[in-house]
Amino acid sequence: MNAIAIRGRGLVKRFDDVIAVDGLDLEVRSGECFGLLGPNGAGKTTTVEMLEGLQSPTAGEIEILGRRWDRQATRLRQRLGIQLQQSEFQDKLTVLETVRLFRSFYERGWSAEQAIQTVSLQEKARAYVRKLSGGQKQRLSLACALVGEPEILFLDEPTTGLDPQSRLRIWDVVAAFRQRGGTVLLTTHYMEEAERLCDRVAIIDRGKVIALGSPAELIGSLRADHVVELELESPLAPETLAVLDEVLAVGEENGTLRLTVRHPHRAVPLLLGELERRGAKLTRLATHHATLEDVFVELTGRHLRDS
Amino acid sequence: MSRWVGAPLVQLSLAKTRELIREPEAIFWVFIFPVLLALSLGIAFRASGPEELPIGVEQATGADWIVATLGEAPALRAELMTPETAREKLRTGAVALVVRPGTPWTYWYDPTRPDSRLARLAVDDALQRAAGRTDPHAVATEELTEKGSRYIDFLIPGLLGMNLMGTGMWGIGFSIVNARQKRLLKGKVATPMRRSHYLLSQMAGRMIFLLLEVGVLVGFAVWVFDVPVRGAWLTLAALCLGGALTFAGLGLLVAARPQTIEGVSGLMNFVMLPMWICSGTFFSTARFPDFMQPAIQALPLTAVNDALRGVMVEGASVIQLWDELAIAGFWAVACFAAAMWLFRWS
Repeated sequence: MNAIAIRGRGLVKRFDDVIAVDGLDLEVRSGECFGLLGPNGAGKTTTVEMLEGLQSPTAGEIEILGRRWDRQATRLRQRLGIQLQQSEFQDKLTVLETVRLFRSFYERGWSAEQAIQTVSLQEKARAYVRKLSGGQKQRLSLACALVGEPEILFLDEPTTGLDPQSRLRIWDVVAAFRQRGGTVLLTTHYMEEAERLCDRVAIIDRGKVIALGSPAELIGSLRADHVVELELESPLAPETLAVLDEVLAVGEENGTLRLTVRHPHRAVPLLLGELERRGAKLTRLATHHATLEDVFVELTGRHLRDS
Repeated sequence: MSRWVGAPLVQLSLAKTRELIREPEAIFWVFIFPVLLALSLGIAFRASGPEELPIGVEQATGADWIVATLGEAPALRAELMTPETAREKLRTGAVALVVRPGTPWTYWYDPTRPDSRLARLAVDDALQRAAGRTDPHAVATEELTEKGSRYIDFLIPGLLGMNLMGTGMWGIGFSIVNARQKRLLKGKVATPMRRSHYLLSQMAGRMIFLLLEVGVLVGFAVWVFDVPVRGAWLTLAALCLGGALTFAGLGLLVAARPQTIEGVSGLMNFVMLPMWICSGTFFSTARFPDFMQPAIQALPLTAVNDALRGVMVEGASVIQLWDELAIAGFWAVACFAAAMWLFRWS
């Protein structure tokens, strides 16, 4: 059961003088959902497109289901479902016509109707593609990726720019695919998406894997469950708070102090006492459970979204 | 049934046909535009009896007699006018010649214009006879109005060829570059679709459209202008099919690399312009000098136009059109192969 579905070793992709992917290794086990999490421009799409056989790596080796892209690519594609980032379809075909077209490329698989039902687009089956909303288009592209009953599903930012409800629907479809034993490789810059869907996550920054593990393991590596964020009227050196018991680490970003703590109910009173003693006026205080975002901030000093 | 309908080539061709048919602009350019062009050119160059040549006569003594005399002559229409008006009308082509009365009569005309030269002869003839000239020899005339020799009979096969070229190239070139720009191609390449199927479907999707497009134009020409189709209809159909394949191949090749609509438009015009001018659509290729002939005859549109004219006007059979078919076939195969090799999929 724990066979390797996707293996990339020493992947490098160089465009002229830019190195998009810089020696990246990853292994995705059969039946798991693996996430590539990272900010825009981290090299996620380039990595996934190399794995999909759409770009050839400058260096490195790729094995998908034990096969390589330079031989039997068409055979291999029969077993994969690929959703590109911001997929587009012919404007004036209906949803049903589009899925039928994609179904015709696969030797086996569902009927087009079945695929449309899986992504709950039945009501739009006879509508032109250009009449669909962003979320509906994204579900259509999922239907096209799933119609050949693939063993591996590649999703490149499947929910970027979608409203929360559309996002939930797509997550449901991915979860159902996994229940049938499918393997998923997805890229995202939404930590909630990675936490919710993925068994394992590789955090990618500047073309490299900087952390790898289950979302729980990665968050656990912070050695703290909670993060306290403070904003003050006048700046205060982070070190002055680091000496407090209960505070495990302090960082600063754009005037916001971020403290990782294990027990907020004990840390916050201590903190407030210390600030009062120093005469520092508080303008904002917030606490939250640690997330993958905090892991990324801890590792890079930057946020996922604005870096 | 479902097996056949589910074949990728069938589905791809259907998608291509739907794309064309669901675009209202395509309907205009493919069906209505050629008919309007045929109609307007057919009317402009209609052969409904000899045209009257407009003649201007400057106001002066003796002008009335000249106007009356020319008015009686066939195919001339004379009008009295001031010298200023006469100059203006001659310059703009509104009259073919101006007569200035006096001794001698002055014929003021433009020798570079055929109608002007013709007017010079006809006016002189009419005036000299009325003034008392007698011809030393009696003459009889006979007029030819045979179907097939009119300008419209020459024009329709040319328009048909031009239309095959235009729709073939635009219809394929635009949609491919559009698909490339919008990443539609990349989405298909990520599936097990065979790339040759995609390119073939672009050509095949055109064929379904072709039947309608040729039917409308030929039907219109036969019905309104009584243009003959002397050869076999089946030969004509086969030729149109071959012509469409040739230009579909050329369209594929032109669209193989460009990444923007502007890029492909420029390239299309660059490829088509020489053929619009040189390939004998509106006038015979014989008008070009000898040294250009080998190049002109090798153009795909020349081959297609000549073959269409051969079938429609002269009733030629496929065997007689062998040369033209070979040239068109060569272009089709060579362009498809080159497109397959050069094609940019993402």
